[in-house]
Amino acid sequence: MTLLALNGLTKTFETPTGPVHAVSDVSLNVQAGECLAIVGESGSGKTTIANMILGILAATSGEIAFDRQTLSAKRSAKQRRRIQLVQQNPLSSLNPKRSIGASVRLGLDVYDIGKKSGRWTAVEAALDAVGLPGNMRTRAPASLSGGQRQRVSIARALACDPRLLVLDEPTSALDVLVQARVLLLLNDLRAKHGLTYIFITHDLAVVRNVADRVAVFQSGQLVELGETSQIFSAPKAAYTRQLIGAVPVVDAAELNLRNKLAEGV
Amino acid sequence: MIRTLRILAANPLSLLGLTLVILITLAAIFAPWIAPFPTHNGAVVDFLNNNRPPSSHNWMGTDLVGRDIFSRILFAYQISLTLGVVVLAIAVPIGTMIGLLAGYIGGWLEMVLMRIVDVFLSIPPLVLAIAMMGVLEPTLTNAMLAVTAMWWPWYARLVYSIARGEREEGYVLAAEVIGAGAGHIAFREILPNCLPAIITKMTLDMGFVIIIASSLSFLGLGVQPPTADLGSMVAEGARYLPDSWWLTVFPGLAILVAVFGFNLLGDGLRDVLGVDE
Repeated sequence: MTLLALNGLTKTFETPTGPVHAVSDVSLNVQAGECLAIVGESGSGKTTIANMILGILAATSGEIAFDRQTLSAKRSAKQRRRIQLVQQNPLSSLNPKRSIGASVRLGLDVYDIGKKSGRWTAVEAALDAVGLPGNMRTRAPASLSGGQRQRVSIARALACDPRLLVLDEPTSALDVLVQARVLLLLNDLRAKHGLTYIFITHDLAVVRNVADRVAVFQSGQLVELGETSQIFSAPKAAYTRQLIGAVPVVDAAELNLRNKLAEGV
Repeated sequence: MIRTLRILAANPLSLLGLTLVILITLAAIFAPWIAPFPTHNGAVVDFLNNNRPPSSHNWMGTDLVGRDIFSRILFAYQISLTLGVVVLAIAVPIGTMIGLLAGYIGGWLEMVLMRIVDVFLSIPPLVLAIAMMGVLEPTLTNAMLAVTAMWWPWYARLVYSIARGEREEGYVLAAEVIGAGAGHIAFREILPNCLPAIITKMTLDMGFVIIIASSLSFLGLGVQPPTADLGSMVAEGARYLPDSWWLTVFPGLAILVAVFGFNLLGDGLRDVLGVDE
């Protein structure tokens, strides 16, 4: 079943030096329950697509349909709630002046989820679900490690009860061991909650190990979309071959990551 | 709060500032009880003792009509501090609100609000206050009004520039994706990150407000006699320099001590709260 459908999605930025086509005529379907990786170098339009899917950037033309409903420029709370984001930098994505519990609670308050009196308990449960002790909720982000902060970000997104998570380089700021742990957590959560992931990254080692399908972007255009194994073993587009060619064999870092994932650290 | 105070106290200069501020505040609050001549705040005439140099009886001498200068300085601190607190209590929320709205919401609102702020900032502050006082009656309330009118734009500028930077932070994006309202993002997410800078500037500004208010009354545009005010005391005494030096020097020193104390404390707070200029 198709959960998210992009149809002729285009974003053009008007700049003093002329229009910049950040995303040109992109159409693709994301199946419910899959993990679709979006790869491409900087400036390929990955983040612009993510922002349009999240509804914080309006498309110049084309449409986005979620769960068979076309999303208009002004989304309803019910629609917004189902698509959430986990950002790259876990330090900047949490407000340094608020407790992590307050950050996780935000979605509960905005969407009025559960009784008011039970929301702190719900926050503790959300932290618990990502492997953090519930009593950590009063702590400031500065007192947490990078991996813990990223878990808080995930808990904050999950508290809204989403169906689709946009993961914008969720592990690139973390070291290999912590990266593997966060990826395993994401895998568990996907299975447990029936989530769908759009995994934006430039790290092909991660893509090869977590994604079901891969969409390759180059300067705002979709150059190739296919099963992960097909993309890595028999890339069709020249650009994909070039991208894959940058990491021809499984290197030590990926081997390390793969071992960690297999061990289930 | 406790931690901030402890770090502050570790720096001798900040500790000196904190001590001066506390002493001045206590002196102002308890002036009616600790002043040697509590009645000398008002229209008291004692020509037998007028224009006396400092002595054990009148520690800072007496003024032209025989009032104890030390007692009058204690009462004048009441006026200075009240004025500072009232001016900041009005100017800071207004400036902060405007700065936050312009900085976070942006667009045409930012254009309109910040151009208004620019207009206010382009008028020399003392000139604006003097112009206002020329139109209004010279009373304490109007002096507060005039100083407030020239003060809020600085907070609008300060908060605006911080909010502009914070708007790009990931936590603002996160709140927007979740769907939090502009009010929540501006006041609950961004404002807490502006507070250290606001508190530091408020402390530094207490000193400056005291100077401006004293300047106004020095020019005869502020608090009117017989009420004790540091600026008007300096103005009255200035004509009798250098012979009756105590008329001018002690009120002048009182202004200096207050401004110095608030500035040292403000500098200390800036270091402790980690605010960049």
